[in-house]
Amino acid sequence: MGLFIAQILTGLANAGALFMVASGLSLIFGVTRVVNFAHGSFYMLGAYVGYSLMQVLPGMVGFWVAILLAGIIVGLIGVIVEFCVLRPVYSAPELFQLVATFGVILVIQDLALMIWGPQDLLGPRAPGLKGVIRIMGEPVPQYDIALIVITPFVAFGLWYLITRTRVGTLVRAATQDREMVSALGVNQAWLFTGVFFLGCALAGLGGALQLPKGGADLLMDFNILGPVFVVVVIGGMGSLPGAYLAAVIISVLNVFGVTYAPQSTLVLMFVVMVIVLMFRPFGLLGKEEVAGEHGQVGEPERPIKPAGRNMRLLVAAGLLILGLLPFYGSNFAVVLVTDIMIFALFAASLHFMLGQGGLVSFGHAAFFGGGAYAAALFVTHANTPMELALVLAPVCAGLAAIVIGWVCLRSTGVYFAMLTLAFGQLLWSLAFQWSEVTGGDDGLVNIWPSDWASDNSVYYYLAFVLCVGGILLLRQAAHAPFGYAMRAARDSARQAEAMGINTKRIQWVAFTFAGVMAGLAGGLFVFSKGSIFPNELETARSFDALIVVFLGGVKTLSGGWVGAAFFEGIKDYLTRFEYWRLALGLSIIVIVILGPEGIVGSLRKAGERLGILKVPEDAK
Amino acid sequence: MNRNTFLKTLAGAAALSMTGLAALAQSGEPIKVGEINHYKRMAAFAEPYKKGIELRLEEINAAGGVLDRPLEFVFRDDQGDPGEAIKIAEELMTSEGTVMLTGTILSNVGLAISSVAAEKQWVYLASEPLADALTWSQGNPWTFRLRTSTYMQAAMLAEQAAKTDAMKYATIAPNYAYGKDAVAAFKEVLTKLKPGVEFVGEQWPALFKIDAGAEVQALERSKPDAIYNVTFGPDLAKFVREGTTRGLFDGRTVYGLLSGEPEYLEPLADEAPEGWVVTGYPWYDFTEEDGANKVFVDAYQARFNETPKLGSLVGYMTAATVAAAIQKAGSTEGEAIRQAFEGLGVATPVGDITFREIDNQATMGAFIGTTALKDGAGVMTNWTYLDGADYLPSDEEVAKLRPAE
Repeated sequence: MGLFIAQILTGLANAGALFMVASGLSLIFGVTRVVNFAHGSFYMLGAYVGYSLMQVLPGMVGFWVAILLAGIIVGLIGVIVEFCVLRPVYSAPELFQLVATFGVILVIQDLALMIWGPQDLLGPRAPGLKGVIRIMGEPVPQYDIALIVITPFVAFGLWYLITRTRVGTLVRAATQDREMVSALGVNQAWLFTGVFFLGCALAGLGGALQLPKGGADLLMDFNILGPVFVVVVIGGMGSLPGAYLAAVIISVLNVFGVTYAPQSTLVLMFVVMVIVLMFRPFGLLGKEEVAGEHGQVGEPERPIKPAGRNMRLLVAAGLLILGLLPFYGSNFAVVLVTDIMIFALFAASLHFMLGQGGLVSFGHAAFFGGGAYAAALFVTHANTPMELALVLAPVCAGLAAIVIGWVCLRSTGVYFAMLTLAFGQLLWSLAFQWSEVTGGDDGLVNIWPSDWASDNSVYYYLAFVLCVGGILLLRQAAHAPFGYAMRAARDSARQAEAMGINTKRIQWVAFTFAGVMAGLAGGLFVFSKGSIFPNELETARSFDALIVVFLGGVKTLSGGWVGAAFFEGIKDYLTRFEYWRLALGLSIIVIVILGPEGIVGSLRKAGERLGILKVPEDAK
Repeated sequence: MNRNTFLKTLAGAAALSMTGLAALAQSGEPIKVGEINHYKRMAAFAEPYKKGIELRLEEINAAGGVLDRPLEFVFRDDQGDPGEAIKIAEELMTSEGTVMLTGTILSNVGLAISSVAAEKQWVYLASEPLADALTWSQGNPWTFRLRTSTYMQAAMLAEQAAKTDAMKYATIAPNYAYGKDAVAAFKEVLTKLKPGVEFVGEQWPALFKIDAGAEVQALERSKPDAIYNVTFGPDLAKFVREGTTRGLFDGRTVYGLLSGEPEYLEPLADEAPEGWVVTGYPWYDFTEEDGANKVFVDAYQARFNETPKLGSLVGYMTAATVAAAIQKAGSTEGEAIRQAFEGLGVATPVGDITFREIDNQATMGAFIGTTALKDGAGVMTNWTYLDGADYLPSDEEVAKLRPAE
């Protein structure tokens, strides 16, 4: 019994920092609709800033003042970020801002490395709270008790602010309908900035508060991101009591998981999330997403047309130049372009379902990595030849997509995205944990192409044919009646249904088709590298694809592969420098600000302005 | 880059002033070696390693280089991503003109490079990755490993554990391949040395995501006599703090793999655990009696004005190994270097090591000792250096572990 209570207390203490970070994310999303990927970075900054302040401010008072100050300072940093990076792109297509926040993550990572150095910092202990209290014989650290007490106060304070004050009324109004709020004469810009300050300050506070239980290190930002998103989604986006409830549930379950099923810790919270969303598609206390926006942000998308003659000639010339690469390029150029083409196919498959179908997936790597693993497993365990494995990779990925799509498509919007993320994570942990079959994180190695394709140039042509073919096929699908049905389902599900389109089935097929193409890219990937590891299934890989799709331009047909080629190219170049993350992050931010329509969209605009491209009649 | 060029010029100038021969050496085309590592993702470990390499390179080039040519390392960051590492390996070996590859800390990246090395017939010296698979189940003729493997270090700790009365053990290890290997090896060796030991609890926190309070409660619940710890980095710090606060370590001996390495012990400062039996690197204790160890530590501190980590030593030994191999090969051609590596002997700060012909594993050993607090910092006391050659399975067993060549 004593142990049971002690475990619950441990869970409650762990819930503290998690709740603060999650409530901040939830607030920011609720009002600004920005999915702030950089929220983990603010948490990390809170820890570092708090650590530095505690070195200067002595004693018990100093300790708590340092935590408060850390929150405020991080909040102010958040304001700077909001002002410089997000404000210019609020009017961009939905979710585009997440690309900007991704750039912020990279910048903060390198800045933190520059300022605080690579060493992990062990957090100072709370003065006066270093010991334990015995509860029914079980030791419970005093600081845990402090956290358990503090968290409800913060939660209550937030609740009061949101439900009982004028500011809170405005915030709630903006959460429901921000256009209406601004129409009523509220300065929306300052409301956004204020909410961003509050959200980031909460993240900073969470980071500083966990110092005595841990410390500050450079991996904190990504490590907290998964749990925080899970908490926000389980609780219901935008719901503060939901976030608290979810933080407690996740933390307490995790403590029991550690004791009774130690191997389960990798996936426990994602399993919980899938179960919760199966029964409550909008989280425990979330409300159904009232259409927060009236129609789409930004200018309406243009109808899709087949490329004109000049464009076709240009693309043909480009393909010819690419096709002859092995004759004039160096061996490394061949290898690099093979990599880029494979990644471009992967990105194009995501772009297809995101751009045409409006389905934002946070777990598309499940199919890329899934295809790669399928091929690798067949080769390792059944000696399958490369040719067959390359067929089986997309088939297996497609089968996985049928199952995963069936579950995920029960939800929509951010909840759909989070379900795909959860499945990506489940597949990842399967590959990671089941080491007898998948080799665990030591992966599967020695998976090389058949003899005839083992030369880099020959493999280049294989990848060239399959990747270019795949991208053209995706493009063809967008022009087919199927593509029209997808766009109809995306733009107005109700009208599409009324016209006799089974929107769910269309989306399901689109999801599967995108999965098949990602699987093909995965199969090509594994034979070009000769090995496969679980990191190809990681959420980070899904985000790589997501970022390039947005960078390339969602509302264009070629945004996926153009973004991929550009991003991979610039990354290959920049990683040669010491502070490449800073440079890459800044480049992303600059692109986002200068070209909120993505690379292709902006180029098209520029071309039209300069008179190189003709403005279509229906877009005038 | 600029600083490197400057240093090279400086080293060249120094050599020029010493002998005419050395000056001749510096005028030759440099021999380039490709070094791939996670300089950003694992900065705390990779940076000292890089400095170790740089120090040895300066010494080698000041003394006339290798084969009368300067030796140069090309450092590249792979972001800790195996696919990226393979691409870089390809670039280094085909465009950059490097003669062999070194590097990586993460085992999966090491295995990825080792696989491509075997396919393309490039020599790869896996300097820091610890996975046993690298030289055993996935071993290949083109991959050589410098650092003391997981199995060897676990075996050293198991030998110490077998000397005590403790019969009930609990283990805590990060939930990934290295953690699993480390626990399996410890169990295997300890059970062999002392049949009847019992493993009463196994904890598997996710790497760098430990929930320390819960882990400590779970370990306490299994009431072990002793604990075997494989967590490291930020996980270790959290584990130690919660464990100390909640009294988990009272009256129990803890065996900590790598826990004594300065990389992990230093951040703990005055909260470093006392009385743990650990493998690590007690550079602060070296005296004149320790010979080359002391020389290296002094040179490192003089050059970089900071204290060495274990990574520094491994980096230094990496450069020394590469130079010795190329010197012995008498050529920069891949097959010649590969043959030179078989049975290669290298003089290093920790003594002479040999690259075993049977499995390409070097016989580098490890320092093992007991942790204590001294002037507000964790140190190893009563340490000894154990030769790695004594902690490897018999040749017959190794032959079974490794695929036939």
